[in-house]
Amino acid sequence: MKLTRQQRELGKKFWIYLTALVVSVICVFPFYNAVLTSLRTGQELFLTNYLPTTFHWENYVSALGENGVGRSLLNSFLVASITVGICLLVSITAAFALARVRFRGRKYILFTILCVSMFPQVAVLSGMFELVRFMGLYDSIGSLILSYTTFSLPFTVWVLTTFMRSLPVELEEAAIVDGANLWVIITKVFAPIMGPSLVTTGLLAFIGAWNEFMFALTFIISNENRTVPVAIGMLQGASQYELPWGHIMAASVVVTIPIIALVLIFQKRIVSGLTAGAVKG
Amino acid sequence: MTHNSESLLPSAAVAPPPTASAPGRKRSLQQRRARAAWVLVAPALILLFAVAGWPLLRTVFYSFTDAAMDTPEDYNFVGFANYLDFAEGESFGVLADPLWWQAVGNTLWFTACSVSLELFFGMLLALLMNEKFRGQGLVRAAILVPWAIPTIVTAKMWGWMFHDQYGVINDLLQRVGAIAAPLAWIAEPDLSMWAVVIADVWKTVPFMALMLLAALQMIPSDLYEAARVDGATAWQRFRRITLPLIMPAMIVALIFRVMDALRVFDLIYVLTSNSEATISISGYAREQMVSFQEMGVGSAASVLVFMMVAGIAACFLWINRFSHEGKEARE
Repeated sequence: MKLTRQQRELGKKFWIYLTALVVSVICVFPFYNAVLTSLRTGQELFLTNYLPTTFHWENYVSALGENGVGRSLLNSFLVASITVGICLLVSITAAFALARVRFRGRKYILFTILCVSMFPQVAVLSGMFELVRFMGLYDSIGSLILSYTTFSLPFTVWVLTTFMRSLPVELEEAAIVDGANLWVIITKVFAPIMGPSLVTTGLLAFIGAWNEFMFALTFIISNENRTVPVAIGMLQGASQYELPWGHIMAASVVVTIPIIALVLIFQKRIVSGLTAGAVKG
Repeated sequence: MTHNSESLLPSAAVAPPPTASAPGRKRSLQQRRARAAWVLVAPALILLFAVAGWPLLRTVFYSFTDAAMDTPEDYNFVGFANYLDFAEGESFGVLADPLWWQAVGNTLWFTACSVSLELFFGMLLALLMNEKFRGQGLVRAAILVPWAIPTIVTAKMWGWMFHDQYGVINDLLQRVGAIAAPLAWIAEPDLSMWAVVIADVWKTVPFMALMLLAALQMIPSDLYEAARVDGATAWQRFRRITLPLIMPAMIVALIFRVMDALRVFDLIYVLTSNSEATISISGYAREQMVSFQEMGVGSAASVLVFMMVAGIAACFLWINRFSHEGKEARE
């Protein structure tokens, strides 16, 4: 039987909507399930239900207070924003030079930066441990700011370089004709229009620092200096076999919501930032 | 290496701005800019050396010592003993440890499985998002959710869903009749790696899809129209137009994902508590260093991790260059 053109179109539409629905459900379901679990206590936790049954807020209260997730939220926020601030500051000039000036060794520098951004964190772990101890930063959030620069800095330089490259040459030419030097070009011509790119790059680097686990697990031992991922990873119940799933899910929801909100608000920018580095390569 | 880097890096260098002045003046302007460029790059390079280059060198240094984690100042040089050593007919060191080879196997298996699944589902998702339909914005937002969720939270969420008694995965599978009795996803060695792969694929397919989608959107639509006029089937259009055109972006996305998967640590550490069946090479190195306090052995394992990842990256770049040369030869 040969289908008419209209029937084929209809069939295609059907498949598209069906796949879109399935994809959306799979993407959101684990988080939905976490929210459901976080609102349950006691025996209810162990009855599998796919719809909200009760609304107990106790899990959130105890997760934020007793388990110190509130404190870790502050730590994570401090570490991530200071790291990103430092990295962006240093990256702007470097990215300008790498994107806009042709000089010997430029390609080698870019290649090195790309390599560093990809290399495994464990490779610097013991050397970084020594450095952290030497600087007296062990068990303080300073150690994390130092170690997070290892992966944030190459990332910010790389993404900002790709952004800078896409800005029109004419801007710079006009400034040069007017006799502006490099410093003036960077601070007066580029910096003002770099705003959106800086926000995008900063946001992506922030998320990266917010999620980091290995350094945070190794360099911090006291409860009050922990960052969010470690605090959640370490949440334990009364005994080894009795995990407080309600608390864990409440804490997970609390630390995830700010990030999800940021990502959804800056959706377009994040997508452009993520793909900036790769597609043009 | 130069050639390698050129094929991967965008080569759209901005030419020095042409000014209307004499050639002599022009060269001096360019020279001055080049010199200033080094000053501008210097802070980033120095900082990068301090936080990446130096620690890496120290890790290599420590891999030849017997230092312990609590007293890194006291050490003796032990040569290659941390890597491989023979004494009284027995072999010691990381390379003689069966757990290390288990970790290598786990990591390679994890990387191969999760990246190929990601590529497959990422491609499907990208093709879907490239179609025009109502509610596209919602789907795009939904896709970003897994990407935005921190890895540790992903591990906990999936750990709960994979729970052998109360998890929804077992419940759903039982409801549709796929399994008769609940499976111990996390505890069963044969299943635990699949649990890790599923959680990782869920989290990283969005990244792959967005990368591929960006490449898809750059393909001019008249190519497809021309192919359709010529009577090409959907599969032919995909195979002959889409695939070749998104290949460069796909390879870059693949490199990113492979490098990322090879250094996996946090997901496995939290989801399956670094069990022997799932421990990764990064997890192994960290366990030696932190749990057993063997800084020397841990550093040796770290150096091996680094070399392995660098080796695989070099292979990728070589293949990438090879395919570029092949393309040039055909043209």
